[in-house]
Amino acid sequence: MADIRVMREDLLPPKEPPRRHLISVADLTRHDVERLLGTARSFERSLEREVKKLPTLRGRTVVNLFYENSTRTSSSFELAAKRLSADTMSIKSSGSSAEKGESLKDTALTLGAYDPDVIVIRHPHIGAPQLVARLTGAHIVNAGDGKHQHPTQALLDLYTIQEALGRIDGLHVAIVGDVLHSRVARSDIQALTLMGARVTLVGPPALIPRGIEAMGCERTTDIDAIGAADVVYVLRMQRERMEAGANYVPSLREYAARWCVTPERLRPGQKVMHPGPMNRGVEIDPRVADAQEALIETQVRSGLVVRMAVLYDLLTRGPVAVETAVPLEVA
Amino acid sequence: MILASKPGRPDSLVVTGARVLDPVEGVDAQVDVRVDDGVIAAIGTSLARNGHRVVDGAGLTLAPAFADPHVHLRTPGREDEETIATGTAAAAAGGYCAIVAMPNTEPVVDSAAVLGSLLEQAKAEAEVPVGFLASISKRQEGAELTEMGELADHGALGFTDDGRPVVAPALMWRALQYASITDRPIAVHCEDPTLSRGGHMHEGVVSAELGIGGWPSIAESLMVERDLALAAYEEQPLHLMHLSARESVEALARAQAAGVRATAEATPHHLVLTDDAVRSLDPNVKMNPPLGTEHDRQALLEGVRSGTISCIATDHAPHARHEKEVPFEEAPFGVTGLETAFAALHTHLVEPGLLPLETLLERMSTGPARAYGLERPRIAVGAPANLVLLDPNASWQVTEKGFRSRSANSWLLGKTLKGRVRLTVATGRVVYES
Repeated sequence: MADIRVMREDLLPPKEPPRRHLISVADLTRHDVERLLGTARSFERSLEREVKKLPTLRGRTVVNLFYENSTRTSSSFELAAKRLSADTMSIKSSGSSAEKGESLKDTALTLGAYDPDVIVIRHPHIGAPQLVARLTGAHIVNAGDGKHQHPTQALLDLYTIQEALGRIDGLHVAIVGDVLHSRVARSDIQALTLMGARVTLVGPPALIPRGIEAMGCERTTDIDAIGAADVVYVLRMQRERMEAGANYVPSLREYAARWCVTPERLRPGQKVMHPGPMNRGVEIDPRVADAQEALIETQVRSGLVVRMAVLYDLLTRGPVAVETAVPLEVA
Repeated sequence: MILASKPGRPDSLVVTGARVLDPVEGVDAQVDVRVDDGVIAAIGTSLARNGHRVVDGAGLTLAPAFADPHVHLRTPGREDEETIATGTAAAAAGGYCAIVAMPNTEPVVDSAAVLGSLLEQAKAEAEVPVGFLASISKRQEGAELTEMGELADHGALGFTDDGRPVVAPALMWRALQYASITDRPIAVHCEDPTLSRGGHMHEGVVSAELGIGGWPSIAESLMVERDLALAAYEEQPLHLMHLSARESVEALARAQAAGVRATAEATPHHLVLTDDAVRSLDPNVKMNPPLGTEHDRQALLEGVRSGTISCIATDHAPHARHEKEVPFEEAPFGVTGLETAFAALHTHLVEPGLLPLETLLERMSTGPARAYGLERPRIAVGAPANLVLLDPNASWQVTEKGFRSRSANSWLLGKTLKGRVRLTVATGRVVYES
């Protein structure tokens, strides 16, 4: 049996660098974004091969923890992890212990006991990803926290624009609709301005939050303003987040009449995007949604390779995001 | 007797060599103060010690002890968060000789029976004297007035529906009218719930970026204006609780200039923090009303300086640990404050020269006492000993273990503060020493 020796600090192996997470676009530099989009592009090429699975993350575990309904985000994270040969596990709040009243803290501690490498979390409230980051040893990917952030959506939107128009820098993007309730809008404003695009928010007064210009964008209630944009990004009217009697708009009918993105309000050559799911006939005219200029299906395809890039980058490469500040002691 | 605390033998002591500072009495000198059986017996140099215990006050400041016009003792109903014993022990550690407890308990303090049992409990376990407010409306439902006459007869210090606004103007009007027969003040939590609904923080640049539901400052100031108008119409006094918005302070100053007898509070957290602190997503910076902008903070500070706002109130609001260990929007409103109020304001306002120490001491003691018609803590021969001995140079770290409160939801956890309470004397008894 070997003797126990006291080792000097400088003889010990270097400490692990702080765990990296992707919680907010605000944590990313322009360089980070360019690296991630480059990785996504190389994955896109690999998916053109007959055998689409890569062995890169074999033996790693990715947990998808979804407290809100989702089709495209949860399926694309799951497929992204599988394409990279990681083991995946999906937990939804309905049918889990959350329905029995288990707190997020206890769920995080339970999942943390399996030592997952990545936890992808979607939650109805801001701060949930940070809470799980503090309570587990996993890398955290925010797949939507309340009305705050949805960073992989922003990255896939950047990727889509880059692929379709060849650049982001110098473009003008109009984001139309319910900005107030939209984590997509907040992430996209940060991501687009980071990459040098100009952003104009267009929508009803109560749905463009007071003070949002401080994020570096412009605002208007005039739908005709979309005519000046290279890309028109249509947001979903989030009926499930509208409290009854809040009167953000008098009615969906009136909203559609004033702010629906119709062919008549677009000019030829403008690209149209939508994060889905769409309310056809409310925020977007079906003719626009199905037109050639629409990049909506491209966005979904981009989502897969961008999420592959995020998982790959977190687990194998340099920092995606700096360690998020940890202000709250949660023992 | 309107304040209640547990009985005990009055103490005798001599504090030597401290800077004795009572701005209202006009005392600022390095002298000794002798307390005989709980009463200030002599102030001067080289006092006879009469065999009393001697407390060396060299380098320290002896001031009138503090009064907190706004404390949640959570009793009855949430004794897991605070009890009268732990809440008043926390008050003693914060330098307080009197506190005012809010009636938004379970059940609400809306009957002489509930009030009577609280006063009995305070006589058994309160370390420092407590006054209890009763509610304005039954069960704080905002529909029917409580029996204010009987409640006042049984020792209610005043009336409030704190935690909830009085929504209907007509109920507020009747409350002001009827409370006049009791000679006890009405205190109001100003919030229009139709404007604040869905809000978890101040509506502005930070809420827009974080996507957290905004609570516009007009939700407060509109109610402040309404209640000041009603108080002016009825020529009744009114106490405005925990002001947070510039517009509210401006409305108050206008009303005071017009002769309305209105007093008001500001809290340490609103005087030190802004909504920028919410970027941390720490549920311990979530409170009602929410933290405002730097503009609001400056207006509150100016209000405290000028005396428009005459009271510092902690709005000490204990919450169970598990209730705050959740994402920001799920967390309840409220933070603790009794044990850190002086140190926080001394560190962040007095030390940088933003507020004179004399003004802070006055707003923490005389101001609140006057708002509730209580005897003013003072350093004068013949006055009951209500004293706090402060060490202005002591640095200390705020830790969870250091609290006497049963809850630790403080916005100052882990922070280092300068200024510490060394000794508290409340109605002639030493209730705290460190």
